[in-house]
Amino acid sequence: MAGSRRPIRRPPVPGLLALALVLLVTLGALAAVALRAEGIGSLSRSDWLAVRFTLLQATLSAVLSVALAIPVARALARRRFAGRRALVTLLGAPFVLPVIVAVLGLISVFGQNGLVSRALGLFGLPPLSIYGLHGVVLAHVFFNLPLATRLILQGWLAIPAERFRLAASLGFGPGDVARILERPMLRQVVPGAFLVIFLLCLTSFAVALTLGGGPRATTVELAIYQAFRFDFDLSRAALLALVQVLVAGSIALVALRLTPPDGIGAGLDRVVTRWDSTGPWSIALDAAAIALAGAFLLVPLAMIVLKGVAGLGSLPASVFLAAGRSLAVALASMALTLALALPLAAWVVRGRARLVDALGTMSIALSPLVIGTGLFILLFPLVDPARVALPVTALVNAVMSLPFALRALVPALGAVEAAFGPLADGLGMNGFARLRLLWLPRLRRPLGFVAGLSAALSVGDLGVVTLFASPEGGTLPLALYRLMGAYRMDDAAAAALLLLICSLAVFWVFDRGGRVDADS
Amino acid sequence: MLTLEGLRLCWEGWSLSAEMTIGEGARVGILGPSGAGKSTLLSAIAGYLDPCEGRILWKGQDLAGLAPAERPVSMIFQDNNLFPHLTAAENVGLGLRPDLRLSRDQKAAVEGALERVGLAGLGGRKPGQLSGGQAARVTLARTLLRRKPLILLDEPFGALGPALRREMLSLVDELAEDTGATLLMVSHEPNDARAIAREVVLVADGLAHPPAPTEAIFANPPAALKDYLGT
Repeated sequence: MAGSRRPIRRPPVPGLLALALVLLVTLGALAAVALRAEGIGSLSRSDWLAVRFTLLQATLSAVLSVALAIPVARALARRRFAGRRALVTLLGAPFVLPVIVAVLGLISVFGQNGLVSRALGLFGLPPLSIYGLHGVVLAHVFFNLPLATRLILQGWLAIPAERFRLAASLGFGPGDVARILERPMLRQVVPGAFLVIFLLCLTSFAVALTLGGGPRATTVELAIYQAFRFDFDLSRAALLALVQVLVAGSIALVALRLTPPDGIGAGLDRVVTRWDSTGPWSIALDAAAIALAGAFLLVPLAMIVLKGVAGLGSLPASVFLAAGRSLAVALASMALTLALALPLAAWVVRGRARLVDALGTMSIALSPLVIGTGLFILLFPLVDPARVALPVTALVNAVMSLPFALRALVPALGAVEAAFGPLADGLGMNGFARLRLLWLPRLRRPLGFVAGLSAALSVGDLGVVTLFASPEGGTLPLALYRLMGAYRMDDAAAAALLLLICSLAVFWVFDRGGRVDADS
Repeated sequence: MLTLEGLRLCWEGWSLSAEMTIGEGARVGILGPSGAGKSTLLSAIAGYLDPCEGRILWKGQDLAGLAPAERPVSMIFQDNNLFPHLTAAENVGLGLRPDLRLSRDQKAAVEGALERVGLAGLGGRKPGQLSGGQAARVTLARTLLRRKPLILLDEPFGALGPALRREMLSLVDELAEDTGATLLMVSHEPNDARAIAREVVLVADGLAHPPAPTEAIFANPPAALKDYLGT
């Protein structure tokens, strides 16, 4: 009889330890921030402007991402064409793409000297400026249009093929299909996609750092960084961090009640045969949507490769040292992610499902910069922050990867336990034997995916390291940011290519490692 | 001797009562309509489900609080009896040590058990490289090696055709004979039960009836069995 297993009476010790460490980092940082912050009433006008700008850019970014994703998802859902699979895979790429690399690619397309500006120059038009609100929104759309497309495509493919067959047999035109089949689906999927993207943009830091700034384009996260870096005013940084927690946390609490979808879902390879959209206009529309979205994603990446490849050989040694530090941080973060995620997943599978939601909410409310601020306040009296920059970065990256890791591991471990749990119980395979002989071998694929994901996220992360690291001890994204700040654009392009290679390589190596030679 | 004493199993507004003793070395088939609680009864004996009332005793010792692996029980499930990522020998070896750190003697015992079920030399294969019948034999080799006095079979070998399944059941019967084990088998197939069970426990309408001799019960089936058999 399914589900008749005996419940575990005591919470497992490894799970408790993992949770304790996560809570120590997150809540410890939050407590430090709350104690150090002085009076909400002392917020200045520029602080309120930062709150307003944060909400404004997140709203615009989410609206545009979702609105533009609808025609792209519709085209992918109803058209078969060469390269469709590659494009769907590409839609997952921004997830492991370092933010600062994408920003540099966007600058080379939409910046002052970018492709678009030069094309405008041919017609005697002034060049674009990418800095400010529209640049921040552009970069956020670049990252979230693919995510929105995947989420909405999932919704489209979840409409049973039989319904489209029925629609065809009833002689539905495109308008009827839209009204009766597609719009009800969109009404369900779009709010969730909007919320996920809104929350991601609310806590995004590296985009605002590189493309924002100034009184009219500063987010709360950026204001925290500036309070640190420029004024070294820890109580103001703490106050701003508290503002960020209150804003993001309250929205996350409301939003996650709607249980937003997750973008990791597989099975986007299917194309539903349709009979209602064979007119030349609808074909042209779909072709245009796919071509534009593909170009929007590919051209900036291609520019990174084209501009960077020449300078790769002449990069200063310090950049390669930074790359080495980044890889070390990524490996440590990956190991820590797995060490935290597996015991927590085991605990969740044995009946604590709410833990995943709680950790997900917490990771949105407590952005890396907020945690970084808190840890800085805690550690500053004890050690030189620059000396612990890399371990702290690895730790914070691991905690931030945890919600994604759990979302991948919990269902997989649940399936393993449902199939083999009774057999393992009957044979007395507990503790380490169960881990070694059942979980690790059966979870190779999701573990490889999680390892690759967490390592790639960590390699490309430009967040907490900006608070802690000294100029000579930083990671590759930080070195790249400094090269951009010094207008050494050739070196920056080469460093960006190196970073792109690093993050794709770590993802590929681990994800691949989980796939080869796996027994069915 | 297995004793079910005032046993009541509860499951979402449904319950099953049982009061019986089963002698050592018995061969008992458990029959009844689907959903009646046959598998649940085995789950409780094997330690996967806590009874809400009553006791389960083996040779007078109460099994309450013992984990499945600590009970005098080997269970063979409908499917997933082997780990697909381990070799046949490793799957068998788990019956001796759940962490698979086997001594030389234990490895030899694994070889011997594989030989006994007719799989000599196939220990290095993984379940995916074995036929359904061979995979069933690997499960039996492990059961043999564990030497537990009580063997529970929950609709075993469902993936096999009737002839092969009967062959496996007679092998189970032989192995139980070797070790003197008691057999309890849940089956959908009355003929399977008749082939190896000397007694039948009928489970129907929230009650597990005490065991009755197989031939007698089939010759003169009570109403619940008649309904189930459709005769």
